[in-house]
Amino acid sequence: MKQNYAFLDENSKKEIRRKTLKAIAIPGYQVPFASRELPIARGWGTGGLQLTLSLVGQSDTVKVIDQGSDESVNAVNIRKLIQDTTDVKDTIHTDEATLIQSRHRIPEVPLRPYQILVLQVPLPEPLRPVEPSERITKMLHADREYSGAWLRLFEQIMKYGSITDDADYPVLVNGRYVMAPSPIPRFDNPKMENNDGLILLGAGREKKIYAVPPYTKVTSLAFDDYPFEVESFDDITCRESGLTGVYMDELVDEETGETYYVANDTSFMLEEMNKEGSVR
Amino acid sequence: MSKQGNIALSVKNVSKLYGDGCAYCAAPDATLDKNICPECRTVHACRDVSFDLHNGEILGVVGESGSGKSTLMKMLYFDQEASHGTYHIDDFDSSESSVFGLSGQAKRKIRNEILGMVYQNPVYGLKMDFSSMSNIAEKLIAAGSRNVGEMTGTGDHFLDKVNIPLNRKFDPPANFSGGMQQRVQIAKALSNYPPVLLLDEVTTGLDLSVQADVLELIKEIQREMGISMVVVSHDLAIIRMLCDRTMVMLNGEVIEAGITDQILEDPQHAYTQQLVYSIL
Repeated sequence: MKQNYAFLDENSKKEIRRKTLKAIAIPGYQVPFASRELPIARGWGTGGLQLTLSLVGQSDTVKVIDQGSDESVNAVNIRKLIQDTTDVKDTIHTDEATLIQSRHRIPEVPLRPYQILVLQVPLPEPLRPVEPSERITKMLHADREYSGAWLRLFEQIMKYGSITDDADYPVLVNGRYVMAPSPIPRFDNPKMENNDGLILLGAGREKKIYAVPPYTKVTSLAFDDYPFEVESFDDITCRESGLTGVYMDELVDEETGETYYVANDTSFMLEEMNKEGSVR
Repeated sequence: MSKQGNIALSVKNVSKLYGDGCAYCAAPDATLDKNICPECRTVHACRDVSFDLHNGEILGVVGESGSGKSTLMKMLYFDQEASHGTYHIDDFDSSESSVFGLSGQAKRKIRNEILGMVYQNPVYGLKMDFSSMSNIAEKLIAAGSRNVGEMTGTGDHFLDKVNIPLNRKFDPPANFSGGMQQRVQIAKALSNYPPVLLLDEVTTGLDLSVQADVLELIKEIQREMGISMVVVSHDLAIIRMLCDRTMVMLNGEVIEAGITDQILEDPQHAYTQQLVYSIL
């Protein structure tokens, strides 16, 4: 059976690329698109996958990450689908990749110019927790009325004494649109600010594409007296690699019951461990 | 302070139509079947309503159910669009001849900074699942405040003023009685010291002792803060207690207006006479 290059038919890819261009032209604005059926279920990264499939060319090198790992079931299956339908090269090294599809992380290696990071997004609307109506949230975005997003953070301070959003922490893009950056940890929010690469965000189930173009101002929402802070891993060392200052997974040693930490970005960890003079 | 003398709000020939209208009902002297056009069945919820609200004045709007009182309030607060007429707010500088013609963003600015609204049903005015403090902060955030300490200070002040125990400020209004919910609404509406407060049937559904508390509170606030108010009610006792001037509405039209004592002691229109004599 004849199969389309990159699974989707050419018209679908063209439509998604046009919507992507619009998203790049209006940083942070959610562009609706006709999300396609894919051989994976909605909610498993179909938004990101549609972006990747419509952008991938034969000269590309693709990397797929799922919560920092290149080897999880989700990452392996998505990578296999892309490879089976395109024959492009794949890699685990962030620096080698031209197109990176990621779930829940921005890699530790800074993006470089002309690199594209595609993030999978479950809930693209930052105002959804306070406003159920799509019609009204569109009006609120048009009017720059973001008190709902601020109110949610305020309520967390009232309830818990601090802002408790550890992932999907809302950001203001280019001084205009408040955006849900997908469930990346707070730790990754500052990486979006003025970065060299292009960040695209795709929500398949919610049928939205949005973007943070290179060198765009991205500010995490914060009150004057409750400034934005990332998770601190200052006093924590990765048990496997000896790395510090990177985003860590907290694990429990089943034999001793002790808590230990491992760097979340596995490819970065391996690269660091393989360097000459590495700690391990 | 008023910029153009002593008029806080000015409304001229405001109408609200549910339907397209026709040449017959567009004529000023057209006879309607109650407020429905006999030719095109368009409902004239408000018809050519005009009034001025003076600074520091409490204006009562009285009439039976369906007379257009709440529709008028919704238009004044931009919850509904007016079909015809002009609306001028003294504290808002605009090149437009009527604030009805402003953008959604400008109307939100007026709602957030100049007007306060207390709805008949607190569900419309409050976020029932957010804490009372956050409900008050919502208005302040919308008006541009980004300092948690200042907002909680203001919240404490107004919750205390409306006799909500401060040890319940983190409780959501869903856990409060109807009277307490109304008082939280009043605290929210007052929190950024708006020059004009709109009160739509604020005591409906409350028991007599709570009604008296809420009315006493409104009087006290008006005395202390000198806020101009429009008070809608179908209860003449409330109008007598609170209002300096009163407008009587019937079938969407203002049929009589004047000093409250004059309206209640010497009603001229047959409907007003019936209303006054049937209640007093």
